[in-house]
Amino acid sequence: MLTALTLCLGLLVLLAAAAVALGRSPRAGAIVHGGCLVASLGFAAVALAALLGAPAEPLTLPFGPPWAAARIGLDGLSAWFLLLLGLTGGAASLFALGHPPGPARTLPPFPLFLAGMALTLAATDAFLLLFGFELMSLASWALVAADHEKAENRAAARLYLGFAVLAAACLIPAFGLLAGHAGALDFAAMRAAPPEGWQAAAVLALGLAGAGAKAGLVPLHVWLPLAHPAAPSHVSALMSGAMTKVALYVLARLLLDLCGAAQPSWWGVPLLVVGAVSAVLGALRANLEDDAKTLLACSTIENVGLIVLGLGLALAFRGADLGPLATLAAGAALLHALNHGVFKTGLFLVAGAVLHSAGSRRLDRLGGLIHAMPVTAGAALVGACAAASLPPLSGFAGEWLLLQSVLAGWRVSDIAFQVLAAAAAALAAMAAALAAAAMLRMFGLVFLGRPRTPRGAGAHEVSAIERAALLLPAGLTVLFGLFPGLLLSLAAPALTVLTGRPAELPPGLWLTAGEGASGYAPLAVFLLLAAVLVAVFFLVRRRSPAATQRGPVWNCGFIDPPSHLLPFGDPLTQPTAGGIAQPLRRMLGESLLAAHEAVDMPRPGETRAATHRAGFRDPAFALLLAPAAALRERLSIQAERLRDFTIRRCLSLSFATLVGLLALLAWIEAR
Amino acid sequence: MQTFGAVLTQVLHIALMLAAAPAVVGVVRWLKARMLGRRGASPLQPFRDLDKLLRKQPVLAENASVVSEAAPYAAFAASLVAIALVPSFARGMAFAPLADLILLAGLLALARMALALAGMDVGTAFGGLGAAREMSFAAFAEPALLLSVLTLAILAGTTNLDLIGATFREGALGLRVSLGLAAMAMLAVAIAENARIPVDNPATHLELTMVHEAMLLESSGRHLALWEYGAALRLTLWLSLLAAVFLPFGTAPAGSGPLAWVPGLLAWGLKMGALCLALAGFESAIAKMRVFRVPEFLGAALLLALLAAALLFVSTGLA
Repeated sequence: MLTALTLCLGLLVLLAAAAVALGRSPRAGAIVHGGCLVASLGFAAVALAALLGAPAEPLTLPFGPPWAAARIGLDGLSAWFLLLLGLTGGAASLFALGHPPGPARTLPPFPLFLAGMALTLAATDAFLLLFGFELMSLASWALVAADHEKAENRAAARLYLGFAVLAAACLIPAFGLLAGHAGALDFAAMRAAPPEGWQAAAVLALGLAGAGAKAGLVPLHVWLPLAHPAAPSHVSALMSGAMTKVALYVLARLLLDLCGAAQPSWWGVPLLVVGAVSAVLGALRANLEDDAKTLLACSTIENVGLIVLGLGLALAFRGADLGPLATLAAGAALLHALNHGVFKTGLFLVAGAVLHSAGSRRLDRLGGLIHAMPVTAGAALVGACAAASLPPLSGFAGEWLLLQSVLAGWRVSDIAFQVLAAAAAALAAMAAALAAAAMLRMFGLVFLGRPRTPRGAGAHEVSAIERAALLLPAGLTVLFGLFPGLLLSLAAPALTVLTGRPAELPPGLWLTAGEGASGYAPLAVFLLLAAVLVAVFFLVRRRSPAATQRGPVWNCGFIDPPSHLLPFGDPLTQPTAGGIAQPLRRMLGESLLAAHEAVDMPRPGETRAATHRAGFRDPAFALLLAPAAALRERLSIQAERLRDFTIRRCLSLSFATLVGLLALLAWIEAR
Repeated sequence: MQTFGAVLTQVLHIALMLAAAPAVVGVVRWLKARMLGRRGASPLQPFRDLDKLLRKQPVLAENASVVSEAAPYAAFAASLVAIALVPSFARGMAFAPLADLILLAGLLALARMALALAGMDVGTAFGGLGAAREMSFAAFAEPALLLSVLTLAILAGTTNLDLIGATFREGALGLRVSLGLAAMAMLAVAIAENARIPVDNPATHLELTMVHEAMLLESSGRHLALWEYGAALRLTLWLSLLAAVFLPFGTAPAGSGPLAWVPGLLAWGLKMGALCLALAGFESAIAKMRVFRVPEFLGAALLLALLAAALLFVSTGLA
């Protein structure tokens, strides 16, 4: 099994090399993406086998760092995330296979990106994990920077690299602290000696900052809405669907597994707070963005927040000795991670299909695509409804479990935590409603209504392979939505890793919570809905058999715009992205995102047009990036002063450094 | 026998809801007219309206997609499934294990999404405006609803509506301030979700502040009939939900026979009548508020619900 995993990894590395060798050959894209598809399916198969069967012994690779052989293994947690990687990677590779080839420079990093993520998941020691993590970061950076003719993409790639460095700068010391004096990088050794006192707190803070910067948790999320859309669409799909989850895997592995099960209950609090805030802020931003892919990236921030909220609750429940509830919360996080990975991949691929076919990502330049691209619209509707957490799709199943576990937050007998959990419940519900609004806005503006540009009016359906790549995640979203109970029992080995106790899951198709008193049976709900739908349709049609007549738009008695200019009418008579965003921009955006609106009305008699400007500014820019830039400026000015030192001052500085280092060495030796 | 009784109650319940929903709308309209000193149309008028709409030929805009045709059915089905889960005259219906409050919120969100999609389908200014406002209100209503559910879940130990009703019926909890606060929060959510005054005015068209009706402007015939019927179902659902949770008296317990159903039915009719009267009185006494004041209204509900939960944390020393 692990041999197959190693072979897949090797295949990916070979593909990267082959992509360089093939260069601009016209068949390079087909070979690389076809190989990636095979490797991804291999990952999914290996992960399924690992989840269903007995855990395999770690496999020692014949190469590795000089101090120890590299060993890969798969326990429940890594197999669960590997399954997610396999499914999303498969869909993205399939889409790329059917898509017209992009620039040749995107080919070599793509297999490496997949390999980096798989290596992170399969690593059984800190070195290999960090190596895979950095490979993933670098490869995805190359993909973000692929379209570097545009200045905004260059800026996004630079920012992305900065945050990747920050993630590494936090994660390496975190693992270093866990390794202790002996420097045991193996996970088993780390588990045997869990950190205590200030070291544990430092691991918590560093792990949350490091993995959070990669996963896009507030306030380290500013790069995500810029970098994810800049990459080619199938890469954006992987970055949002899989890469953020790999970062969450590192977070879960670090905090819930390697730090041991004996950590106190308050450990969950930072995750709870950060997760809830990310969920609301991401969902709100998704409502204000004008670019389809940026909107989806912001929705990723929301979902990552919800998953971290679940992990935080699991930590808190575990610390308070509430085992079954910890299983419930961890199950919610894992289920939502898989579901989000799948439907967000589908949505990003839809955005890619729309970009290719209608020539734009901007909501204000699209519209009415449901007529030209019915299959894409169907896949988009499934994804959007799942992202809006509507039953009986997969998004609702994870949301239901999450809300059930946050509703049980009062069982931790600490009043501060109880109030915090109640607030988190309110924020999670608000995030779900905001996500629904954002998804409606995206689907309504892109697929409904009339075209807004001539280019958009000339859109056509995408190729058969791309349609298959869109229908794969959509089908999985429906399937996962209908059978979350089976999915959760599949995740039982992962839950055991996260909660440190055997997961007792009630068998069957139901999801249950709280001693089985509350339940959710999506299959029954779906069958009920379908039965009612069919019955109502036939009854109504029997009573009202008249065929539907078509007529011009009523629109409250407005006359239609002259159609001699544009065959689809004046786009200005349709709602715009800014207009749909207006209620939420005023109700929440002004206070949370410093949103602003300005109307410039011409005076009576003036003939110029009135203008309306709206925008917002993410507070993280002002509160985090601006001070960081100022600090860098100050530091570089200080460093510049070194250059002007006289030789005497240079020498005394060197001497002082030497003495200082020696003193430090002596102090360490004395301990 | 037990199963048969459960199925029979469920079927009777669904039939009752289908029959009662238009009447509830009619009664509220009639009561409002009376309070305003008008004679008002008969409470049975909504039935006649539905019949008329079903007989008419539906007209769709030229560029309307399949969404416009499918959404009314989807919204109606979601509303009907939702109302089938809320107990009326008896508990222990066949679908009682499904009757989860979070699922109920999800089904209502599904109906809302279908309505908003239909509103945006043709690409008219009014439809988009209504859809945006409807979804924005939900961002404030949902957290308030969930915090009310939290209070109920703490007191009853479950989010299953049937079990909550049974627990409250036993009266072991007594009167609680928290329950009162949660009831107020849920009332506010119910008003917003049903587009009643002061959030929206169900009686007007073509007003700049309207929300719900703005999305229906392009529908006609059987589609409009389904939208109207679905809205009536949701109003009945919310009133029935409030009755089931906060006024659980008289409802026939699970597994009871037809003899217990009759008083249950009478009690349900009385409760619904009282709630309709209260709704009509409230709507007659208050003015519609500006759209951008609605977050304050729902924010107050959210705070009340949070207060309800916090009071429980403090008072009972739950641990």
